[in-house]
Amino acid sequence: MNPVVKIILQRLALGLLTLFIVSIVIFTAVNMLPGDFAQAILGQGASPEAVEAIRRDLGLDQPPVTRYLQWLGDALRGDLGNSFAQANFSSFVGEGSGGARVTVAQQIAPRFANTMFLAGVTAAIAVPFAVTLGVLAALYRNSAFDKAANVATLTSISSPEFFLAYVLILFLAVLNPVLPSLSNIYADMGFGERLVKTLLPALTLTLVVTAHMMRMTRAAIINLLASPYIEMARLKGIGPMRVIVKHALPNALAPIINVIALNLAYLITGVVVVEVVFVYPGIGQLFVDSVKIRDIPVVQACCLIFAAAYILLNLTADILSIATNPRLRQPK
Amino acid sequence: MTEAQEQTPLVRIRDLKIEGRADETWMPIINGVDLDLHRGEVLGLIGESGAGKSTLGLAAMGYTRDGVRISGGSVEFDGIDLLSASAATKRALLGKRIAYVAQSAAASFNPAHRLIDQHVEAPVQHGVMSRSDSVEDGIELYRRLRLPNPEEIGFRYPHQVSGGQLQRAMTAMAMSCRPDLIIFDEPTTALDVTTQIEVLAAIRDIVDQFGTAAIYITHDLAVVAQMADRIKVLLRGDEVEEAETREMLDHPREDYTKSLWAVREFRRPQKPDAAPGAVPVIEVDKVTAAYGDTTVLRDVSFKIHEGRTVAVVGESGSGKSTAARCITGLLPPARGKVLLDGEELPPDYRKRSKMQLRQVQMIYQMADTALNPRKSIAEIIGRPVEFYMGLRGREKRRRVDELLDQIELPGDEFRHRLPSELSGGQKQRVGIARALAAEPRFIICDEVTSALDQLVAEGILKLLARLQDELHLSYMFITHDLATVRSIADWVVVMKEGRVVEQGPKDEMFRPPHHAYTDLLLSSVPEMDPDWLTNLLAERGVDNIGDAAADKMQ
Repeated sequence: MNPVVKIILQRLALGLLTLFIVSIVIFTAVNMLPGDFAQAILGQGASPEAVEAIRRDLGLDQPPVTRYLQWLGDALRGDLGNSFAQANFSSFVGEGSGGARVTVAQQIAPRFANTMFLAGVTAAIAVPFAVTLGVLAALYRNSAFDKAANVATLTSISSPEFFLAYVLILFLAVLNPVLPSLSNIYADMGFGERLVKTLLPALTLTLVVTAHMMRMTRAAIINLLASPYIEMARLKGIGPMRVIVKHALPNALAPIINVIALNLAYLITGVVVVEVVFVYPGIGQLFVDSVKIRDIPVVQACCLIFAAAYILLNLTADILSIATNPRLRQPK
Repeated sequence: MTEAQEQTPLVRIRDLKIEGRADETWMPIINGVDLDLHRGEVLGLIGESGAGKSTLGLAAMGYTRDGVRISGGSVEFDGIDLLSASAATKRALLGKRIAYVAQSAAASFNPAHRLIDQHVEAPVQHGVMSRSDSVEDGIELYRRLRLPNPEEIGFRYPHQVSGGQLQRAMTAMAMSCRPDLIIFDEPTTALDVTTQIEVLAAIRDIVDQFGTAAIYITHDLAVVAQMADRIKVLLRGDEVEEAETREMLDHPREDYTKSLWAVREFRRPQKPDAAPGAVPVIEVDKVTAAYGDTTVLRDVSFKIHEGRTVAVVGESGSGKSTAARCITGLLPPARGKVLLDGEELPPDYRKRSKMQLRQVQMIYQMADTALNPRKSIAEIIGRPVEFYMGLRGREKRRRVDELLDQIELPGDEFRHRLPSELSGGQKQRVGIARALAAEPRFIICDEVTSALDQLVAEGILKLLARLQDELHLSYMFITHDLATVRSIADWVVVMKEGRVVEQGPKDEMFRPPHHAYTDLLLSSVPEMDPDWLTNLLAERGVDNIGDAAADKMQ
């Protein structure tokens, strides 16, 4: 078998194993949250019978291992369960009332699509921007440009996300009203309009993730500049820009790709604050809301998606690192 | 060519001073050297490490490494002042009219690009040739440099090509724009002798064909004797002397040059064979060993008697170091056994007793990496004294001093120093003391002199010889340098591809008739005679030297 295919299959299998272990961790952690859904929804004056009825309805009276296996089995079949919060309980409306249950998948899908859209727009701006900035900083290392780029990106990564968000709103929505400050988007919105609405949160996130990627690009390239093959390129009379882009960058790609993957994963899983500031209907908000009301199936599904995103992106980074390394791509 | 052109040298360096930055101060590297190089001429630059050879060679290209600056003098290339020239002017010359061949081709080719893409870069960027012309020319150069599969080899990545072939591909790359000058910076130092001879023949041939001027930097006198028309000797940034090659070899004027010439003359007489029936200190008996599925040793047997030195020679990858790993127990053999004083040793070092471990010690090639940089010399040597001999306190200190005394480093001065405060030769001496601390009967010396300058290496060899006589030690000397073998071995084992090809007493091994491979190894070692390579090529033909000949033997 081609060694690259073999490596990829190995990583994929490891990824699945990781996901399985993570699912146990998620289930345990979520079930250790204090309080339960039945009490949360019925309030303080709930009668023990009513609480018991809801718990039985939802299967919360089963032992944890049974519930875990049940959940895992369903999840494997693609069924993430039903949202507690959206359920119509038989104890409220009677048996067979025909009240349609909203599945977790249905609830998460549009939110997840929104989050992916925001992450995609941010990545499209941030990745080229950060890598270019990093290459230029390496080219003009220790110059005023390099220092300015470092100070600017470090400042933006050190500031709280909501602060950056408000600064951008101040400058781009209030003082110069070029972009809308609220990012309330709907399912049937056109791509252009959606893009405009998403731009402010995307710019905020760009400021947050640029520093890491830019500094890694710069460091990875500078790290290689003492290599004999870089000296060789210079001694062939190659210009400084070409030396960096053609000779250093291809060999620095593996660490850069890894940092990009980590940042992209962050864009999918860690953007709650920015979503809240811009009222962006993403998965982060849904996640926080579900935790608040102990809507366990939704919380578990979100966690699983977050874990899968991390694993998949790191896997992609590994594969790309292999693809950019001729030693692994073309063995002896 | 007009009269005037012939008279102005291609490279003219006057009173060049270069400084390097160390600990926030500028230390001199080159203290005012003059150099003239005419068209079509090859100048050899020789000297020990730290003499400033590479720095001077790069300065002739108008280039300095980071942390190095030119503080005075002038460098002119074909009338262009390289020191005041703009970066763009210099870039227009580099690669096009001045080219560079680096010491390690494996490190100097970019691992991310194919050879041919790197080959055509200079001609295309400098606008000398179109890409397709340059590719064609590259294949032609590969053919002239006798690379196997010239049509195809350029389309491989550097890691898919062997070291000797890469070095020739790099010479081809340097030739890609037909430069007036090539700087060869130790191009064969990292290669095996049989590979080196092929590269030397190829370089000399192509430099002749195109009439290219060259500066050939090396620390190996025999190599420079083959390549250079004139030789310049450097010592710590100063020129010692310069003369035509033959003149320099026959009549060196300065004492330093004479001492360099004399190094290769250290020779120990071979000791008489061990008494018949004597039990060898170490016996390797039909050992076969493998890394995973790759068998690297096949049926290897040899004996090492008390007070004798057995030299194991062979190319890189021939299994020399693996044999040492089997003896030390780091790599348990798949079959066969290792005996110490006639008793079988457990294959795995973890199963050996302290007593058995103590008897077998090792000295490594890179003293730099073999010594813990954060421990003082006394701690480094004291550790095995305490571990094996159980000495503590005052007795341990006394023993450490005694060991320092044995390696000729005064204890008062060196006890509390760190390895980084020692020279290469001193570090290697500490490595020897650490091995001696266990009071072993047998020491494996793994290429212990190959990272050292010749004069320093000679000192180490003499020290090892003296210690052998005083302490009745047995040595296994792993080396690819036949000059070392000639100077200290009693018994020689020749290895090739994991097998012992031939073994015997030194005096016999250096006298014909030999096994064909031993003969090839011996004949590939450059000699001080400037006609050596020419004669060898005339005698054997270019297809019967070096690796090409070794490949035919299979």
